[in-house]
Amino acid sequence: MLLSLLIIFPLLTALAILFCKGLKQVRNIALSGAALQAGYVVYLLLLFVQEDIAVKGMAFQYACSWFEPLSINYHVGVDGISMVMILLTACIVLAGVLVSWATETLSKEFFFLLMLLSLGAYGFFISLDLFTLFFFLEIAVIPKFLLIGIWGSGKKEYSAMKLALMLMGGSALVFVGLAGIYFNTGTFDLLAIAANPIARDVQLIFFPFAFLGFGVFTALFPFHTWVPDGHASAPTAASMFLAGISMKLGGYGCLRVATFLMPDAAHAWSWVIILLATIAIIYGAFATMMQTDLKYINAYSSVSHCGFVLLGIGMLTKTSINGAVLQMVSHGLMTALFFAAIGMIYSRTHTRMLAQLGGLLKVTPFISTVFVIAGLCSLGLPGLSGFVAEMTVFMGAWQNPDKWYRLATILACASIVVTAVYILRATGKTIMGPMSSTYENLVDAKWNERLAAALLIAGILLIGLAPFLINQLISPGTEVIMNRVIGFSK
Amino acid sequence: MAGYTYVILVPLIPLVTFLLLGLFGRYLGRSSGMIGTAGLLAATLLSFLTAFQYFFGANHVNGVYEPISAFKHTWLQFSPGLSIDMGIMLDPISVMMIVVVTFIALMVHLFSLGYMKGEERFTTYYAFLSLFTFSMLGLVLSVNIFQVYMFWELVGVSSYLLIGFYFQKASAVAASKKAFIVTRFADFGFLIGILILGFYGGSLDIATLVERLTNTASPEFIAITAASFFGISVLTWALTLVFIGGAGKSAMFPLHVWLPDAMEGPTPVSALIHAATMVVAGVYLVARLFPIFSMNSAVLSLVTWVGVASALIAAIIACTQTDIKRVLAYSTMSQIGFMMFSQGLSKTSGEDGLGYMASMFHLFTHAFFKSLLFLCAGAVIHYVHSNEMRDMGGLRKLMPVTHACFLIACLAIAGIPPFAGFFSKEEILLTAWNENLFVYGIGLFTAAVTAFYMFRLYFSIFWSQPFPTHAKQPATAHQQEGSLTMQLPLVILALCTIAAGLVPFSKFVTADGRPLETHFNPLFSVPPVLLSIIAILVAAELFKHGDGRAANIAAGLGLVYKAASKKFYVDELYLFVTKKIIFPFAGRPAAWFDRNVVDGCINGLAYITASTSNAIRWVQSGRLQHYTLYFFGGIAGLAIIFIYLWK
Repeated sequence: MLLSLLIIFPLLTALAILFCKGLKQVRNIALSGAALQAGYVVYLLLLFVQEDIAVKGMAFQYACSWFEPLSINYHVGVDGISMVMILLTACIVLAGVLVSWATETLSKEFFFLLMLLSLGAYGFFISLDLFTLFFFLEIAVIPKFLLIGIWGSGKKEYSAMKLALMLMGGSALVFVGLAGIYFNTGTFDLLAIAANPIARDVQLIFFPFAFLGFGVFTALFPFHTWVPDGHASAPTAASMFLAGISMKLGGYGCLRVATFLMPDAAHAWSWVIILLATIAIIYGAFATMMQTDLKYINAYSSVSHCGFVLLGIGMLTKTSINGAVLQMVSHGLMTALFFAAIGMIYSRTHTRMLAQLGGLLKVTPFISTVFVIAGLCSLGLPGLSGFVAEMTVFMGAWQNPDKWYRLATILACASIVVTAVYILRATGKTIMGPMSSTYENLVDAKWNERLAAALLIAGILLIGLAPFLINQLISPGTEVIMNRVIGFSK
Repeated sequence: MAGYTYVILVPLIPLVTFLLLGLFGRYLGRSSGMIGTAGLLAATLLSFLTAFQYFFGANHVNGVYEPISAFKHTWLQFSPGLSIDMGIMLDPISVMMIVVVTFIALMVHLFSLGYMKGEERFTTYYAFLSLFTFSMLGLVLSVNIFQVYMFWELVGVSSYLLIGFYFQKASAVAASKKAFIVTRFADFGFLIGILILGFYGGSLDIATLVERLTNTASPEFIAITAASFFGISVLTWALTLVFIGGAGKSAMFPLHVWLPDAMEGPTPVSALIHAATMVVAGVYLVARLFPIFSMNSAVLSLVTWVGVASALIAAIIACTQTDIKRVLAYSTMSQIGFMMFSQGLSKTSGEDGLGYMASMFHLFTHAFFKSLLFLCAGAVIHYVHSNEMRDMGGLRKLMPVTHACFLIACLAIAGIPPFAGFFSKEEILLTAWNENLFVYGIGLFTAAVTAFYMFRLYFSIFWSQPFPTHAKQPATAHQQEGSLTMQLPLVILALCTIAAGLVPFSKFVTADGRPLETHFNPLFSVPPVLLSIIAILVAAELFKHGDGRAANIAAGLGLVYKAASKKFYVDELYLFVTKKIIFPFAGRPAAWFDRNVVDGCINGLAYITASTSNAIRWVQSGRLQHYTLYFFGGIAGLAIIFIYLWK
């Protein structure tokens, strides 16, 4: 029941929002709902730390039958990996509500959809039943279509449609993969499937479906093109959600469903994953270098950064998978912060084009500092989370002694240079340099924006300064996965 | 070992002041400078105490200074053997470095109180200085090679922030970007080098790595030398890559392009970061891993030749620059070249380890006289409001203290006894004499060129007739030379420059930790000193009068002069590669390909789906007769299939 509350809280909040009147009431309810979730997640974390995971495998398990004939159960439970993903979700939901504080058009519907999204994300991360997992995945897709289509900017109909169709396509692939698993094992239960390994030839067929399907969510090359358009058109909070959580649904699925349940196939197909991930990293970075719109810059850089998640999974060493999870969390926080900063800049200057910005540090020091911190995290500055995650991926990838994989690792490492180029370019053109006189009277961040930024920065710093804490959470989880992979678990 | 735990305060105090100034700076205002300086004073005293305790305490066994691990905490565990540890290692070079770093940083903090007075972002400036000092101290005290890398990046970013301090100036923004990216490129090599060393060495701990990779019988050493990549042993690759990292930070040719531009930062910053501390990090890195480097003669000779080339090229370019800070920047690069090749020629023990000791000695003395030169230049710039030599002249009477200090520093860098530079440069030349006469020849020539360009600078600033433009400067007649906080550091550093050479350095810092007896041969020092004096006299003749003599000679040299004054076109080469090759052939195609090909396929897929459904839309016409037709048609078709094709 402990975990089910994670679904019930957003649901109640969403329902409460429907009965509200006026922006003030709506946002107060939304904020208290999000804060309640966050507080509850922290409470769960405290309980979780006391659990003995080594014995139980998954903590706080609860199962009941949902649809008997197809043996679909509602089965939830968490390990360290899902725990950090839940924390990430709570953090971003809270920050997202805060930055959307001033949403005036259809605010009721807006916050309702945000809550629905968080419901989907929580449900996805705690599910131990493949069918419910898929169910929640779909819940997390549909609201995004509306969020972009209604509250977006630019060519929003096109972007919303593209995003929804591509993610639906991904879901369809996932569904084929899940159905394949179900028909070969007779159950949707994740732990039951894990206990009785699936035959190797079945794995080889259905692994690509599941992995590619989840891969679409996490911007796997060449299915990443929804990312730039989707982000560019989405309102700030939706962008934060999209990059901070949605893309992580994919990474988590690749790890928890595809790799965990079909380890032999993961091993056999790893070269494809690594190839695509390396392309995404380098190509995404180079493409970022040429963008002129801040949101496109962050979107393409997300493609590059999510490549590290896939690279870490593809390398199949314990350290690299740890790194992949770290990168998911780190990228989630960092990119949400970046989008928040871009949103703050956009709402004041009404432009996101590099050519029109410049010198903002002078008038909006707080926003500029947030922007710089997000940028430095993105380029892997030690002390911030990006460094920890990337270095863990590199270190883990290097433990895989295959010559070609080493080459891929070197190429991936080379992206640290390109990342520096595009981040410093964006920083130099946005907040440094001469300032246009029209920006003379800009006001710096308001309390809600400051709070949102502080929350995300705190997360980034916590991981960046004390990585051993989060590592202790994640490690037992990856250990379980790695024990199933015929890995080079050196 | 107990008794040294307090050393952790040395880096922590600047960190605390950074946080304090960074978070609450706007409430502190002017006092932030005092807070930063006071914090650093405490750190400096502590590091002096450490040095005293380490070098004069009773902890050296059989006359060897043992490394001491004062503190160690596992920060991030990658796998059972590999982890990033945060710790503090005390050995002769790290103790020497913390003394240098804290002391020079203290002088710069003091000087900046006057220099940056009235600056709008005064507090931010001090916060960044503290951040840099913290990072640099963390770097030199590292126990773990990944810890080195982390602080390496942090000094890089502090340098970025300080170079771009005047953020509204386009040239400062460009320079800060360039510095970060060029060093980042080098760090990419460093990172791969670390990955290789970690994989084969089975550890990231510096002491463990050194122990394993210097023992030819250890399985790790056998593995790393047996494995090869493109016919070159992996050890060579790893060390070369690590050295590339060091060369980037230390502005060695051809990765030096960022250093002259970095002079866009406030001058005290140049004194601290780009003269005395951060730029010598590369030398320090090689010294830190020196036992491993010494196992591989190929990489050592690479270190030597990169050092020699940098020393010579930078010295030649320095003769042609007109911005006084750029002259000093090239001179820094040249002096670091000396330190590098001295290490490249060294061995690990006894008499043969002279080069190592000389390199560290030169690092030590250079820190004093070079930061003095920069601070003097800062005082001059503060007074004249220009960086250009042509706006200066005849300042010796207007700025007597600065003039005396600058002269002392010039004599030191020119290697005139008894100033500090003489002793350390002497040891370096002696190493070259013993190991490689060709290097000795270049070293001697470069030393003379050094004396020439430094005195060119000296005479142009303080002697030659004031130019007409100079009269326009409002400062000349009635302005004070500088406040006390600006003059005090100059005088202190000048005294150090006089005295630093007399420190019996070889007793303390050597390659193997044992005191080294140096044999001082007066006869040996005759050629370099004589050449330097001649060079000074030539410079005096050419530049003391401020007339056209120098320009005539420059014109006579023609293309050679032009090439040197254009910095041998290295910058243009880089610009060509980035602007004409990487951007149009990697960046733009990637962006175009993504928008048109990859996304085009996706859109195409959507288009095909849409047009297919459009094309077959007429089928769903809603007319009953059509549907009846399809129905019976279908039945007929199925019947035909069933009858004729089933069997």
